[in-house]
Order: sequence, then structure tokens, then C-alpha cells
Amino acid sequence: MRFVDEYRDSRIARGLLDGIAGTVTRPWTIMEVCGGQTHTLIRQGIDQLLPQEIELVHGPGCPVCVTPLALIDEAISIAKRPDAILCSFGDMLRVPGSSEDLFMARAVGGDVRVVYSPLDALEVARRNPEATVVFFAVGFETTAPANAMAVRQAKELGIENFALLVAHVLVPPAILAILVSPGNRVQGFLAPGHVCAVQGWTEYEPIARDFGVPIVVTGFEPLDLLEGIRMVVGQLEEGRHEVENQYVRAVVRGGNVPARSVVDEVFETCDRAWRGIGVIPKSGLRLREAYRMHDAEVLFPRTDGVPASESEVCIAGDVLIGRAKPHDCPAFGTLCTPESPLGAPMVSSEGACAAYFMAGRRREEVTA
Amino acid sequence: MCLGVPGKVTDVYEDQGIRMGTVDFGGITRTACLEYAPEVEVGTYVVIHVGFAISVVDEEEAARSYELLAEMGNLEDIDLPQTADGVRAEDYRPGRDRRETEP
Repeated sequence: MRFVDEYRDSRIARGLLDGIAGTVTRPWTIMEVCGGQTHTLIRQGIDQLLPQEIELVHGPGCPVCVTPLALIDEAISIAKRPDAILCSFGDMLRVPGSSEDLFMARAVGGDVRVVYSPLDALEVARRNPEATVVFFAVGFETTAPANAMAVRQAKELGIENFALLVAHVLVPPAILAILVSPGNRVQGFLAPGHVCAVQGWTEYEPIARDFGVPIVVTGFEPLDLLEGIRMVVGQLEEGRHEVENQYVRAVVRGGNVPARSVVDEVFETCDRAWRGIGVIPKSGLRLREAYRMHDAEVLFPRTDGVPASESEVCIAGDVLIGRAKPHDCPAFGTLCTPESPLGAPMVSSEGACAAYFMAGRRREEVTA
Repeated sequence: MCLGVPGKVTDVYEDQGIRMGTVDFGGITRTACLEYAPEVEVGTYVVIHVGFAISVVDEEEAARSYELLAEMGNLEDIDLPQTADGVRAEDYRPGRDRRETEP
């Protein structure tokens, strides 16, 4: 496939690895924020091919992992209503809520449907006027324009039975939270390329300047990641801390202007709780007043049940901010597996724990 | 979740007031919303995320940056993989596809 295959060439990868090895003179810790990037890095074993001085730590860029328990429980409770249809991306279905997941809600008769696009959920609403169709709107800046368009179309076309359960999160506030967290070791970032394709990188410029960290907007193929790492290491070695763009074929500084404008029309920023991390100020999106009739949290006010509780052994929170690696967890690969996950990072196709497990890394091998 | 796949626009049309298109991903086609890529025409490569074009692939930048990468791998004398279009990566040149699709 064009713009994919050529970015997987192993000979260029070797050239980039040699370049990195020839540049690095001391230890550096670099975080890739996006879970999609984590999976490529681990699946390809790129972290193990890098010079020993470079440690990659994995960031919170997995929307499924950071969607708060309370919202998962809310989605499950909506799914069980006889008058509602819950639509979601497939990844969300096995994420553990406080006592069950969406698959279990479906097993007891809840109407839960997996869709490819929020516009598909809108179509489900059009065809089922007797039910309220709720789309579980999780995701980062990349996904917000799609969800914004769906709800704007619903309003425009008068599809009143369509609503969003919004769990949107934003990357820059999460990077800030990591940088100010006690014991932070991250010295440079690979910024997520598709988030920046939408949002641009101007929000990262003050972060790079104020915290003295290089940030490189990076793509998702192996060569993109290696080049991004090479650029971060180059800046670190030279004592620079700027925002640079590796992903030039898809990202410009101002992002996607039409997409940003629709997102601004539909959503506003709000404080948001991140699962395993806690509340991060101004780190989420919610529907603006003009779209409240399409807000599932308004249509189905949350019932205050038993306070949601997490597994006691799971260290997902530390894994999500790069303070721990998946195999630091005593439950990794034993009590907690993709088939029977304790924490969301073991479920998602973007979670760091699932990445390690899928790549065949086991606790005894990596800690030995 | 932030997965984005590059594909080639093969058709552009309107559906219920929004700009839609057909996108070819190396032989597999899907419909996608093109509202956020208003400038694209048939033949343009876009990055698709959850059924939306979120970015237009800049072929000139792609060719330029790939040349630099190829130099790093000393690739002048090595065969690059064939792409789905039958275009070899090393033959990428700015504007190539656009010229081919223009009348």
C-alpha cells in the first residue's frame, strides 16, 4: 500500500538505528504518547534494537484505557435499557466496568452495536426512530471531528433520537500532567501524528519551551518512529528543545482548519477524570449548550450506585504515565491477560500491557 | 484509536448535504466523509480515521522526506517494494499522480 509499505523498509531502519547509535552519548528517556505507536514499537521490537542509553516509556494515549470507570458503567447501564441502542467502537466492549463489561450487557439482552464510524451510528438512529441511539464518543483530538460532524448532522437533519456519551480527552494537558508529576523521568516526547494532523502543534510549543523538552510530531510506521526518535535524540544531545515535525506528509503546523472549526462549534473543554490517573484540568471535551439535547448524560442522568472500584493489584495508572512498565505489575500475564483483563491497558489494541503481552514478552523474561 | 490509514480517493459525491467519497486502500474500498478535506479531488491521497479524511497526504513533502530517509539506508542500488499501484517507492516524484489523473 502506498505511503505504508515503503515506511517499513528494514535497510532504512538499520541506517536510522546506526544514525541514532552514532549520535547518543548518554542516557535519555523518551515517551511515545500514542498507544498505536507503542504497539508498533513493541511488535517490531524497536525498543530492543535501540542503543542501551535510550529508554522508551509508554504514554497515556489510549482512549479506551483512560475512559473513566464511571462512564463505562454509564454506557453499560444505557445499553441495558430497553428503549436504547448503544453504539461503540469495538475496542470498548471488553473494557471492564466496575462489575461487568459491554459484552455482558449484550449477553443479557442489551442492544450493543459495533460501528466503524460515528456516521454509522447516526444511520442506526435514522433507521430506529423508536429507540434512543447513543454513540460512546471516546477518543482524542483525532476522533473529535468525526463525532462533532455526527452530532451536527443529527441536529441539522432533525434526528432527535441520536445522542453522544462523550468521553473525549486531549493530549497537551496530559503531557503537562506527566511533566509536573513527582518523579517524572521523561526528557523528550514523540507527539501523536494523527492528533496533530487535526489539531496542529502550536499547543506543544509553549510546553517544549517552558519545560525544556524536545517534542517531535511523529507518524506511525516503523521508519516514522525511528526517525522521530532520531530527531528527539538529536535535540537532546544538542541541548535544544523545540517542536519538530517528522510526519511532514500528513501534518502542518495549523492542523486541519475545517475540522478544528466544527469541533469548536460542537464541543467545549472541561475538566476530565482519566482512569488510573485522576482528574486533569481542561483535559476533556463536552458538548456545548446548543447540543445538550444530544448529550446522553443529560438524557440519562447518572444513577449514583456503589462507588466504582478498581483492582487492587493493577498498576494501570503508573503504566499510563510512564512511571512503570507493564511487566513491573505482579499480575502481568498471570492474573491479568487479554482474555481476562484486570485493567484497561490489557484490553485495548492500543494499551501498553496488551502490546507487551501480544509481543510475547513475559514477566520472567523481561525482568531477568 | 487514532489509527489513520492512507488511501486514494476514487470518487467524490454529496450525501444529505455532506461531502463524501470512495477511498481505495490498496484494493479495498470504503466510503469516507470528505468534509474536512474540501480541496481533495479524485486521485488525491488522504489519511482516513473512523470514516473521515482528517488529512491530505502531501506527496511533494512525502517524496522529499523519503529521499532523505533512503539516503540514510544507502538505498540507491536496492529494489524498493512495489506499491499497490505498481509504482515503486523510489519512483515517487512530486505531482506524479496528479499529472496522470488530469485530463
